Amino acid sequence: MSAFLILLRRELALAWGKGGGPLIALAFYAGVVTLLPMAAGRAPEKLAAVAPGIAWLALALSALLSLERLFERDYEDGALDLLALGPASLEAVAVAKCLAQWLASGAPLALAAPVAALALGADPKIIPLLVLCALAGGLAFAFLGGLGASLALGSRRGGLLVAVIVLPLYVPPVIFGAGALDALSADLPWTAGLWLMLAYCTAAVALSPLAMAAACRNALD
Amino acid sequence: MLRVVRIQDLAISRGERRLFSGFNLQVEPGEAVALTGRNGAGKTSLLRAVAGLLRPEAGAISFGDTEPETARAEHLHMVGHHDGLKSTRTAWEELRFQTLWTGGSEASARDAAQIMDLKRLLDLEVRRLSAGQRRRLALARLAASPRSLWLLDEPMAPLDAGHRSAFGAVMAGHLAGGGMIMAAVHDPLPVPCRTVEVGA
Repeated sequence: MSAFLILLRRELALAWGKGGGPLIALAFYAGVVTLLPMAAGRAPEKLAAVAPGIAWLALALSALLSLERLFERDYEDGALDLLALGPASLEAVAVAKCLAQWLASGAPLALAAPVAALALGADPKIIPLLVLCALAGGLAFAFLGGLGASLALGSRRGGLLVAVIVLPLYVPPVIFGAGALDALSADLPWTAGLWLMLAYCTAAVALSPLAMAAACRNALD
Repeated sequence: MLRVVRIQDLAISRGERRLFSGFNLQVEPGEAVALTGRNGAGKTSLLRAVAGLLRPEAGAISFGDTEPETARAEHLHMVGHHDGLKSTRTAWEELRFQTLWTGGSEASARDAAQIMDLKRLLDLEVRRLSAGQRRRLALARLAASPRSLWLLDEPMAPLDAGHRSAFGAVMAGHLAGGGMIMAAVHDPLPVPCRTVEVGA
């Protein structure tokens, strides 16, 4: 078994383990999706218009939940030292952590998103696009979130700091994803938004591991 | 296998404070070095600098003809104050991961657990272990991995007399096989060693 897979298995076990990461993210998602319509107005036609946007924005917020501990717990208990001495580079360690985060919380959320959108009265034809956006966007949320988590290493109030660092980075995928979903529901051309979002996700996945590794080295020093 | 560890003219500062400078040390295969010095003298920082986790202010650390990156990724191992064990996972899950991650096998992890008298504890969550049991679990990963340079920070402080001599035997075996040990200690090491004072 390669070192990367060994680490990925451990990260998945930690993400699924005690504390129920995915379940809490799902419960939070359900909560936000129920709460937003109460503020936005409950007339069905009004709700159907904002349904894709709500389902999509709540994903970004739920993705924030378990990020704080992504690097922090390994930093506090010394496991990050051991990870730095392993056969894989810190960049690969960061990729494994973010990938596990996505598998444990991003992917389940992507399956919950269509349920929420339909419950709010969204047009069923947007469902395939919503799932695709949620899967790809979730990957970007996980990697950008990891970036925030690594930059916040060693600071007190890390959780809030992670949110403050990460939310601005979530803006482009939220705009492009919601744009594509809105355009599709209104029968307008929608592919441009999807491509822009996929491009942003690709860049996030490719570049953020470099920054995460640098931030970890800096925190260990 | 590392042939040598050579530390030349090393200086380390933490924040504004200079811990030590002009530190030289050479460690050869089969040799153990006990690093002594008062609290805060820089023993831990020295070990972390050798492990590449801390950037020294000046000086060089080399590993003979092995590149430092390769040496750190494949040949050195560390047990520090923070043992890197996850309290909610079982002792076996943690030992297995740490062993596989540093190039050992499941069989070598089991052997190490036997040597460190951990067999009965492997199914327990790490948070159920006492300080001494937890340290034995951390030390077991050294014996389980094929890494030649051990960096130890107060490795035996929480161990009782019986387990100290057991770990002494593990260290002696490691040295006999051409391994090297650098250990920050206050109590004497249970193996023949050279004593070097840090920050004198």
